[in-house]
Amino acid sequence: MRYIDEFRRPQLARSLLATIEARSTRPVRFMEFCGGHTHAIFRYGLRQMLPPTVSLRSGPGCPVCVTANSDLDQALALARQSDVILATFGDMMRVPGSRGSLQMAKAKGADVRIVYSTLDALEMARLNPHRPVVFLGVGFETTAPTVAAAIVQAEAEGLENFTVLSLHKLTPPATRAILDAGEVRLSGIIGPGHVTTVVGSKAWEFVPHEYAIPCAVAGFEPVDILRAVAALVDMAESGRPAVANTYSRSVRPEGNRTALQLVDQVFEVNEANWRGLGPVPDSGLRIRSEYARFDAALTFPLHPGPTREPKGCRCGEVLRGTVEPPDCPLYRRTCTPARPIGPCMVSAEGVCAAWFRYGERP
Amino acid sequence: MAKDGDVVLLAHGSGGELSHELVERLFLYYFDNPVLARLDDAAIIPVSRLTRHLACSSGLKLAFTTDSYVVSPIFFPGGDIGKLAVCGTVNDLAMSGATPLYLSAGFILEEGLPLAVLEQVVASMANTAQGAGVQIVAGDTKVVDRGSADRLFINTAGVGIVPAGVDLGSDQVQPGDVVILSGTIGDHGMTIISQREGLRFDSPLQSDCAPLHGLVAAMLEAAPQSIHCLRDPTRGGLATMLNEVAAKSSVGIEIAEAAVPMQDAVRAACELLGLDPLYVANEGKLVAFVAPHAAETVLEAMQSHEHGQAATVIGQVSAKPAGRVVLRTLVGARRILDMLVGEQLPRIC
Repeated sequence: MRYIDEFRRPQLARSLLATIEARSTRPVRFMEFCGGHTHAIFRYGLRQMLPPTVSLRSGPGCPVCVTANSDLDQALALARQSDVILATFGDMMRVPGSRGSLQMAKAKGADVRIVYSTLDALEMARLNPHRPVVFLGVGFETTAPTVAAAIVQAEAEGLENFTVLSLHKLTPPATRAILDAGEVRLSGIIGPGHVTTVVGSKAWEFVPHEYAIPCAVAGFEPVDILRAVAALVDMAESGRPAVANTYSRSVRPEGNRTALQLVDQVFEVNEANWRGLGPVPDSGLRIRSEYARFDAALTFPLHPGPTREPKGCRCGEVLRGTVEPPDCPLYRRTCTPARPIGPCMVSAEGVCAAWFRYGERP
Repeated sequence: MAKDGDVVLLAHGSGGELSHELVERLFLYYFDNPVLARLDDAAIIPVSRLTRHLACSSGLKLAFTTDSYVVSPIFFPGGDIGKLAVCGTVNDLAMSGATPLYLSAGFILEEGLPLAVLEQVVASMANTAQGAGVQIVAGDTKVVDRGSADRLFINTAGVGIVPAGVDLGSDQVQPGDVVILSGTIGDHGMTIISQREGLRFDSPLQSDCAPLHGLVAAMLEAAPQSIHCLRDPTRGGLATMLNEVAAKSSVGIEIAEAAVPMQDAVRAACELLGLDPLYVANEGKLVAFVAPHAAETVLEAMQSHEHGQAATVIGQVSAKPAGRVVLRTLVGARRILDMLVGEQLPRIC
């Protein structure tokens, strides 16, 4: 398969590893922001192949995982409204909120349906004109344009029964929050390839400029990730931090203008509540007042009650990169993918799920 | 048989006149065999008939299995729920080394199901059974209220005879055994997924749904004593099945990711949906664990059979790590390949 096979070539991977090993003289620690990177790193066993001087730390880049319990409770309360059809991406189904999960709500009679695209949720609204269809908008800059497009489309069609609960989050502000907190010493950032395809590599310039560490935007194949690590090692060794785009087959400096314009048309930036990071300024997307009638948060003012966090769960720290999953007392003991306690064990992009599935050394 | 517009009614499952009509006109017509035709409470089969295909009748064992089929959609490229219901049970028998002989078929029908749909499924079952050399000799039909089932579900049970000397099992695998896969993985699961409501995409995918007893017979004939275990990697896919075998035999199994064959369309669909093909279901593939000296012979026998043309060695069994499966990744790292965890797509078989 083109654009995939050439980035999985073992010879290329080996030569990049040799380059990294030859160039690396002092210990460095890079954070991969994105959960997709975390999974690729574990799936291909890249951590164990890197020289001992180079270590990787997983970041908060899993939209399901960073959804705060209070937001999740809001979604659950919505799902329990009679008549409401709640459309969601599959990963959200099993995440435990303060009182149950969407999966449990569904089993008890709530109409929760999995969709693979926001357009499927629109179709649901067309087919069920007498029932409110709420799309659970969870995702980063990659998802937000598709949701914006759906809202614009709904307006054009005059769909009265389609709304979105917007829990969208922005990744550069979260990265800034982690760097500001300074809880984990980082020598560089592996930038999220898909997010950066939308926002553009320029969005990461603040990392070298303000924090004096390099950022390398990476694709999701093993060779992509190794190229980014090689670029980061090189910049760290030379003491010249910059933004390297090692995913140029997808990422442009200015990003995807059409997508960004669409997002700007429908959403405005606001403070968002992140699991692990807490409230982060300018890190979320709220539906603009012009599109208020598509905002489920306004259409259904619900008060789901006080939030409860699972006892002993260290997902928050895992998301900040201050601990790794085995440091959590619940990991593998009571928290497993079959019976997850924290969201990082649920999501396909969650750090704990990656560790559980791939992390054990033979 | 069925006229346009005819649908299944609750009365078709009542045991009354409509039930009889359904049995006579549909099941007896298609499954056509004297054992079923007696329509008594149980199918009566002379024991001698079970062994007539075998030269030696001592040391024989009876293999008996059952499986239920709820696949959605019921028709898909490469098969349908009827074909699947026959192949699945035939394959379960075949993996134990048995020659499949007789099946039963239980139908749970949703009120309102077009009779033409039922007829198409029954015809497909009859056709598949004939091709697999098995007879459907017992059956049952129940009808449930509309909404209490999704169109139709089928249960099949099957019996077969294991010849003397054949002793296959997940606990029989030994260090040194070679792991041979009969062909590409992921075809069935990705075909079903590609047909799903809300996820329909055009693809050249086709289910691999096929009866494998002929392939097994050819393999056992080529190396009767050297095949230690046969498994068909259905739900949970190749990775889950390998883990079951590793655990039961207390051995380590190492496979090479690059050696596992896969169609481009399956790979592309898996990439698109973020699924790992190693966990995707198959319905016409088997994995053989074979003593190393016979591996070449078995491989050749497989490759000469229509259902094993793409057979290939994917790995080897070792003493350690006992109970674990190790994957050599495409870029050469080694990692544990675990059981299926987390989401599994429902109702693929």
